[in-house]
Amino acid sequence: MENNGKHHIVPYKTHITVLLGLIILTALSVAVTSIELGPLTVTVALLLATAKALLVLIYFMHLRFDNIIYSIMVAFVMFSIISIIVITFLDYLFR
Amino acid sequence: MSENPTRSIEPSYLKYKGRYGGIFAWIFSTDHKRIGLLYLWSIMTFFIVGAILGLLMKMELISPGKNIMGPQTYNGFFTLHGIIMIFLIVIPGLPAVFGNFFLPIMIGAKDVAFPRLNLTSWWLYMFGALVVLTSQFTGGGPPDTGWTFYAPYSFQTPTNMLPAVTGAFILGFSSILTGLNFIVTIHRMRAPGMGWFKMPLFPWSLYATGWIQLIATPIVGVTLLMIIAERTLNIGFFDPSLGGDPILYQHLFWIYSHPAVYIMILPAMGAISEIIPTFARKTIFGYKAIIASTVAIAFVGYFVWGHHMFTSGMSGVALYTFSILTFLVAIPSAIKVFNWVSTMHKASINLQTPFYWAVSFIFVFMIGGFSGLVLGALATNVHLHDTHFVVAHFHFIVFGGTGFAFLGAMHYWFPKVFGRKYDAGWANIGWLTFFIGFITLYGPMFYLGIAGMPRRYYDYVEVFHGGNIISSFGSIILIAGIAIVITNLVKSAISGEKADQNPWGGITLEWKVPSPPPLENFDEIPHVTRGPYDYS
Ligand SMILES: [Cu+2]
Repeated sequence: MENNGKHHIVPYKTHITVLLGLIILTALSVAVTSIELGPLTVTVALLLATAKALLVLIYFMHLRFDNIIYSIMVAFVMFSIISIIVITFLDYLFR
Repeated sequence: MSENPTRSIEPSYLKYKGRYGGIFAWIFSTDHKRIGLLYLWSIMTFFIVGAILGLLMKMELISPGKNIMGPQTYNGFFTLHGIIMIFLIVIPGLPAVFGNFFLPIMIGAKDVAFPRLNLTSWWLYMFGALVVLTSQFTGGGPPDTGWTFYAPYSFQTPTNMLPAVTGAFILGFSSILTGLNFIVTIHRMRAPGMGWFKMPLFPWSLYATGWIQLIATPIVGVTLLMIIAERTLNIGFFDPSLGGDPILYQHLFWIYSHPAVYIMILPAMGAISEIIPTFARKTIFGYKAIIASTVAIAFVGYFVWGHHMFTSGMSGVALYTFSILTFLVAIPSAIKVFNWVSTMHKASINLQTPFYWAVSFIFVFMIGGFSGLVLGALATNVHLHDTHFVVAHFHFIVFGGTGFAFLGAMHYWFPKVFGRKYDAGWANIGWLTFFIGFITLYGPMFYLGIAGMPRRYYDYVEVFHGGNIISSFGSIILIAGIAIVITNLVKSAISGEKADQNPWGGITLEWKVPSPPPLENFDEIPHVTRGPYDYS
């Protein structure tokens, strides 16, 4: 926002492309439930959700056009959450 | 630190006239100092209620059999005691009171980054508290699950769970917004010249705490929503008969609630790191090591939650992982203790009440920390799980750690907050009574736990009688100590002797503004050139 004091204007085309991407990913995450993946079910669902979240963060929430520090913060938060999920699955996968 | 100490002729934040008068001048004020005091009064009120509940439980436990309450009342009491003490007191605790009041002053700012959001946090806090407390008087009676709301009981009990859980959910938002506010304030509003490594340690601890509040609290929010959904819609997240997993609840709950312990203790450690150099009159030993350990605790603290679940039936791999990680998180805590002790080494110490609170903090925190390692080891945990040993351990950390640091900070910053001195004689008597009561109350619980007395029962067999008599007796001493400390502080705040700008000879920025500070703290934003503890 305060990045060099100027606003970045994203063209409509980018917005529509991202929107299409989000719709396709949503359809995919619904479709994938019909395949039996066993313990990978959660992994796939989370990966698709992460991809969607990243699209929103990068384009709709302007992470791409902002100061790099914000991207670092988001990456750090994502890393923490991923570690928490991985550690939780140390229980479920080895029970 | 600043080369141009600011002197103000403006009225203090306690006196100035704003848009509203009377109580509205406080509850609608966006001044960070008034908001800090709003939290202080709210927390003090809730604390008195929580402490009385605790005292009544100890009176029930003074001898076997039913004394003053039956099992259902006792269950309700420990649940409410836990909810009040955890969600309403120690989690907001130091950040909401002293963070709000001193963070902007210590980094040379006029207010926090989002003053209105700050006021919103207090309103959310009060609203959440109100919702939690309605659970006591409506529906199926007071909740009886304990403050942990463990599934499957929390969605089966006929008692009034929904308001308690909803209230805790709302309180979470208060915490998240405070954390966010502090992070932004620290990033954007430090005075010119105050680089990250010229920032005092209390703001540093608030920074690490802010991140925990921001990342961990949403997880408990979602978890509490899941309980609500489970109770009202029978979704089957946690109910095994619907394909759910009750241990999932424990995971989700502790993913927040372990880091929550660091929301309580990190700012406490930050306050201790301010008090000790001021009264030792020398620079803090290992400034950067303390910062590194603060950040390390905040980070590693996310990955140890499973140590609350060693007997839950988790997988072996998870057990080993959590045990090792728990031992790792003890290292940065120990680093801090060594740094504080080294700071005192060869110092000519000015023995004042805040210093007594600080050293007794180190003492009780060490006992709490070491007993935590006993619980973090897999084999001993099986024996001690859900016994009074656990109760003793977390009271040493949560009450001993946060409580002693809170009262130390209260005495340390008292002249700045109210512009008056506390009565030193009564303050010392209060501290000593409090300390003796604390040890007498919680010390015997270690023994009782090792002997096998379970927690959360209103009754016990005769073998545990001796320890319980001592412990209950200690609770009376402790309550007397609390009464002396609070009475002395309230009385001194109203009619104490006027205090100077800098009664302790501190050199961080809050000692360079008048006591009490004016509305916007500084006439002129200071320019920082020296380190925060540079006594040379
Ligand atoms: Cu823990």
